[in-house]
Amino acid sequence: MTLIRGGALAVTMALLVALSGPARAQADELQEANRLFKQGQLDRALDRVDAHLANRPKDARGRFMRGLILTEQNKSAEAIKVFTALTEDFPELPEPYNNLAVLYASQGQYDKARTALEMAIRTHPSYATAHENLGDIYAKMASQAYDKALQLDRGNAAAQTKLNLIRDLFSGGPQAGRPGATAKAKPPVKVASTTPAAPVAKAAAPAAAAPAAVPAPTPVAKAPAATPPAAPTAAAPAAKTPAPKPQPAAAAPNREDAVLQAVTGWAKAWSGNDVAGYLAHYAPDFETPKGMSRADWEAQRRSRIAKPRQIEVEIQAPKVKFDDRNRATVTFRQRYRSDTFKADARKTLVMVKSGEKWLIRQEGVGG
Amino acid sequence: MISATRAARAARRVLSGVLGIALAVASAAAPAMGGHPVQRPPANLDGFSTPPEAEALLIKTLFEIKNNRLVTALAEIEKAIQAYPNFRLAHLVKGDLLLARTRPLTTMGNTNGVPHERIEELREEAKARLARVQQERPLGRVPRYLLQLQPQQKYALVLDTSKYTLYVFENVGGTPRYIADYYTTIGKNGIDKYREGDKKTPLGVYHVTSSLPRDRLNLMYGNKSALYGTGAYPINYPNEWDRRQGRNGHGIWLHGVPFDTYSRPPRSSDGCVALTNEDLERIGRSVQIGLTPVIISNDIEWVTPDASAALRKELAHALEAWRADWESLDTDKYLKRYSTNFSTGKQDIADWSDHKRKVNVRKSWIKVKVDQVSMFLYPGSQNDLAVVTFEQDYASSNLTQKSRKRQYWIKEGKSWKIIYEGAA
Repeated sequence: MTLIRGGALAVTMALLVALSGPARAQADELQEANRLFKQGQLDRALDRVDAHLANRPKDARGRFMRGLILTEQNKSAEAIKVFTALTEDFPELPEPYNNLAVLYASQGQYDKARTALEMAIRTHPSYATAHENLGDIYAKMASQAYDKALQLDRGNAAAQTKLNLIRDLFSGGPQAGRPGATAKAKPPVKVASTTPAAPVAKAAAPAAAAPAAVPAPTPVAKAPAATPPAAPTAAAPAAKTPAPKPQPAAAAPNREDAVLQAVTGWAKAWSGNDVAGYLAHYAPDFETPKGMSRADWEAQRRSRIAKPRQIEVEIQAPKVKFDDRNRATVTFRQRYRSDTFKADARKTLVMVKSGEKWLIRQEGVGG
Repeated sequence: MISATRAARAARRVLSGVLGIALAVASAAAPAMGGHPVQRPPANLDGFSTPPEAEALLIKTLFEIKNNRLVTALAEIEKAIQAYPNFRLAHLVKGDLLLARTRPLTTMGNTNGVPHERIEELREEAKARLARVQQERPLGRVPRYLLQLQPQQKYALVLDTSKYTLYVFENVGGTPRYIADYYTTIGKNGIDKYREGDKKTPLGVYHVTSSLPRDRLNLMYGNKSALYGTGAYPINYPNEWDRRQGRNGHGIWLHGVPFDTYSRPPRSSDGCVALTNEDLERIGRSVQIGLTPVIISNDIEWVTPDASAALRKELAHALEAWRADWESLDTDKYLKRYSTNFSTGKQDIADWSDHKRKVNVRKSWIKVKVDQVSMFLYPGSQNDLAVVTFEQDYASSNLTQKSRKRQYWIKEGKSWKIIYEGAA
């Protein structure tokens, strides 16, 4: 499912201009909110939007922005209220319907999602994103129907979808809602191009440290944000870490590359405030620090990583030692920078191979 | 809907093509009807007044698909699912209707990771239900097996296994009148049961022998009883004729379906006849234990009620002649009413003759009254095997006895002979 961001803003911008000529300052305020939003500073972005809306409570663009921020903050119920009100006040706009559908779909309410998307298409029959989302919804509903027909219980399909969507929202890439749908990746690319500083670029935001890490939105859109070991994703961090690839390549290039890709993917997810992507790098039997429960540890990491702030994690001089075919110990220098905290440390990760992926079993300082 | 996607439009053609195949199959099965569903007669009798709405909605959906009205089709199938949440076939069709909006479909039931047979059996149910609906309702006609219902038999059940349909007839002054029919499930391996465990449904003339309501089934079988749904009506397979042919096995019942499903695929039982729970309950209201006939045939031959009159008369004459000869104490004449192949299962014709001669010698008079006579032709026979059941009021100089009796009559040359006789 594709959540509308930039595209909608473009449309609603036109609306804003049409509705109100003079309010330049407030538009600037909204732009500032937009900037903060894209940096993942959701609370601050919300403050700005609310300030903007205090003066102009009916403003479509501000309310839309507010809905987006609430969605990112995982406040689905509130976000649904915002978008629903928008569809009532501006029934000719397809974007609020679309985003409403995304939210409903994330709750497994496919019938409501479908109705919303059909409304979006009714207002704009050629609206490609809504068509694609509707296709997804139909496929999901079809799958549910088949499961009932065949009396299958394939786990909780709705919950599964929801989780995927949450991860997609955190990773911020509009393309991420369509895993595996690479052939259909057109509209997300289009959306990304209208907003050059798409949230996906967050990982590379401290551009000073990483010159031209993510040069164009197009390759970003192709990279499945949730699955780090993909080639293009790994290529970007490789540019800023001092050549981790060629260095140990002589010994066992493929094996070692795979491990290093996992490590850089992990650092990238961390840098991108992508909690789900970050947690996905840990093995099911990861040894949590101080014998914490997995759930508690995840909650702690989530609160620290998802917190809207700049994080930059850099891996330097990694060394890989294979304990056996399916287990490797990686040592490196970890440079951690956030708006509030800086740290350099030696780090050791014990990685285990799980299927085609390398996952973290132990994480420790030193080594 | 103002607009639909291009993909959906393309898929629409493909989907209707696919279901068109099913429809073509169905209309080939019922050429007389020209592919149009027939309105059910305005049934008016206690249990049977509600038509099986689930099937009607499903069929309506399929015809909407055939006519390229996919939006209406989806609305119709949603109605079916709302009324019958466990109607699996409806869910399958819904899945197809939804998926057809995203991509072209090449078949019915487009999901992966499921054994092929699981989908195939639902496709079979779709075909069976389509064929059923296109089948002409037997207004003013009767299966030729129903020669005569006796006055106490209020209803007769006749199953056509080739059409997965159980017909219910009401006894109106001795003439069977069609009132309803229901989709049924039969044995995995089809028909003509021969052995225990062959998962086939028997063909023949049977009677309901008992009633096993839900709580009784639960007491008897615990959790396993869920398989039978709301209840069960065992029938007397193997009957006298089956035994004579060496057929065995046991536990052939009419029963419901598990509560988590609305219906079962057409061939999925171990030989029993399964109906939806609501249909079983409707039938249950008419079943008379020990009385209601259940005739199972692979292809019912339909005749007008008058067409059976001659045969009925012939058999009635034969029965009356047998009764009169018995009363006459002319034992040789009486024994001529029996076939040389006669057997009770214990006595053959020689034993039987000896016994009758000995008994009759000691009598000075016999009076036999025959009443409540039912006569059914045996499926698969060429009008030459009949099951006759009646109340026999026997009185003689030294013995008086009332009993229910069953005889199998076989036509040898031009005359009907008794080939089996015993208590019913």
